[in-house]
Amino acid sequence: MTAPATTAPAVAAPADVDAAVRTQGLTKRFRSGQVAVDGLDLLVPRGAVYGFLGPNGSGKTTTIRMVLGLVRPTSGAAWLLGSADPGPVLPRVGALVEGPGFHPYLSGRANLARLDAADATADPRTADQRASHALERVGLLAAEGKPYRQYSLGMKQRLGLAAALLRPRDLLVLDEPTNGLDPQGTREVRLLIRELAQAGTTVLVSSHLLGEIEQVCTHLGIMSRGRLLLQGPRDVIDARGVARAAVTVTPGHVATAAGVLRVLGLDVTVEELTLSADLGALAPARIPAALVHAGVDVTGFEVRRPSLEQVFVELTGEGFDVAR
Amino acid sequence: MSLAEVSTRRSAYWRLQRSELRLVLGRRRNVVLLLGLAAVPLVLGLVLFFTQDTALDGQGPPFLDRVTGNGLFLVVASVFVCLPFLLPLTIGIASGDAIAGEASAGTLRYLLTVPVGRSRLLMVKAVGALVFAAAAVSAIAVVGLVAGAALFGVHDVTLLSGDTVPLAAGALRVLAVVVYVGLSLTGLVAVGLFFSTLTEVPVGAMAATVVVAIVSGVLDTIPALSAIHPALLTHHWLDFAEFLRIEPDWGVIGGGLAVQLAWVAIFGALAWSRFTTADVSS
Repeated sequence: MTAPATTAPAVAAPADVDAAVRTQGLTKRFRSGQVAVDGLDLLVPRGAVYGFLGPNGSGKTTTIRMVLGLVRPTSGAAWLLGSADPGPVLPRVGALVEGPGFHPYLSGRANLARLDAADATADPRTADQRASHALERVGLLAAEGKPYRQYSLGMKQRLGLAAALLRPRDLLVLDEPTNGLDPQGTREVRLLIRELAQAGTTVLVSSHLLGEIEQVCTHLGIMSRGRLLLQGPRDVIDARGVARAAVTVTPGHVATAAGVLRVLGLDVTVEELTLSADLGALAPARIPAALVHAGVDVTGFEVRRPSLEQVFVELTGEGFDVAR
Repeated sequence: MSLAEVSTRRSAYWRLQRSELRLVLGRRRNVVLLLGLAAVPLVLGLVLFFTQDTALDGQGPPFLDRVTGNGLFLVVASVFVCLPFLLPLTIGIASGDAIAGEASAGTLRYLLTVPVGRSRLLMVKAVGALVFAAAAVSAIAVVGLVAGAALFGVHDVTLLSGDTVPLAAGALRVLAVVVYVGLSLTGLVAVGLFFSTLTEVPVGAMAATVVVAIVSGVLDTIPALSAIHPALLTHHWLDFAEFLRIEPDWGVIGGGLAVQLAWVAIFGALAWSRFTTADVSS
């Protein structure tokens, strides 16, 4: 219904087509010849909070637009809540795409009423209730009568979230929901995502800031230059990078400690009182145990996992904030 | 589809249509535009009223000279004055803004993901622009009638042919003029709607629509192009005068309306095929 008729060759549905979002070989080549999205196989399982990460211009928004039926893929296919046609399932999907968009001269409430009126599946008798509930949820009830153009950037973003929450949703697609928000607002968005996820809503949330939403995600997908570098449950991705252990000991024990660590098979680097080594397959807990056993005074022990950012740099050879 | 489903669908359509009409008719810019159009007969009437016994009396474009004798003609004269530029401008603003306005405000992507089917949205937008066009013509007509009656009174109508018809019949003819002018604008509405699907810059679509009307008017004055004149968008606009002859030539009137219908069909189809397949990246 909403999607433009698909002329791309039919793609056989994959086994996990019933996921919240599934794409297969999804590709968008713009008329300029630029390939914005290149053979994407996205998998957002139901119930997940999927962090869709990537630098600005890496193709996240174009992917989201294709999934929602706004942009027609050049090739490949997308399934939304198990449906190849987004039209019938979109009432169950709340979306915030590339920033909020509202009529500037209408109030926040009137803007929500407009979207509600557009929803053929919504009961007109409960429209006011829905709007009030959504406005309350994002803390905008006090400013509901103000014209949208008088809203601050943060309030605009909140109204966008309110529109996405106008009805109970099975899936929320939030494209850069923290843009324009202050740290407090960002925390509130994280809290909101957590609450929604606990209530069973699947959330697909994109960001070009790695740290901002990473903490609430159960799954991650990382994009760069139109390709998905990496995707999967968060713990699996976290375990990808090589962890590094760092031990700090009292001045007389450096040599003994280094000996103990070498016996454990580690390649030790010593820097003053700190000894560090890549862990490899070794269980971190064995290090303090062995040191204490050898009578070494340990004053500090730390295991550092590489941040997502470091993983990204490792995979692409460039910084995360580099736009192409 | 059951009867209940059909009626649910229909009421869902009208809910969005009502919202669209509130949006179009409630917007300050559009209200100002309507007030501006409504001021035309008022100003025209006052000017004629105060100059009626001077040397300027009876000069100017057609129909103007009849106003002082019969207030009903203020309606016709006002419509005539607005037809070359003010009405096309109004239509350009209303129809050019239809889709492009939503795109530039960023509301188009949110309407489409509600979801609103693209054909349904285009229909709602077309009806909104047509209603605004009708409101524009009505504003001129109603104010023209009231001002004309107040300033000059209304009498039996002397037609262009010199025959006189009773007041009721004359008023009906003036109403027919207004309706014909309203219908004459539908082709331009379709053109504006099509331009509106091509861009995210509403002003561009509005300007292009007005330019089409102006270019059509210019082409209509070039004798070398007489072969294409009958198909021009604006060629038949002044044929409303047929209603002021004792025997209106229904062939001329029907031909004028048929040309509008053709423009509506062609540009409506273009707008539809463009809008239902376009990537929405605004």
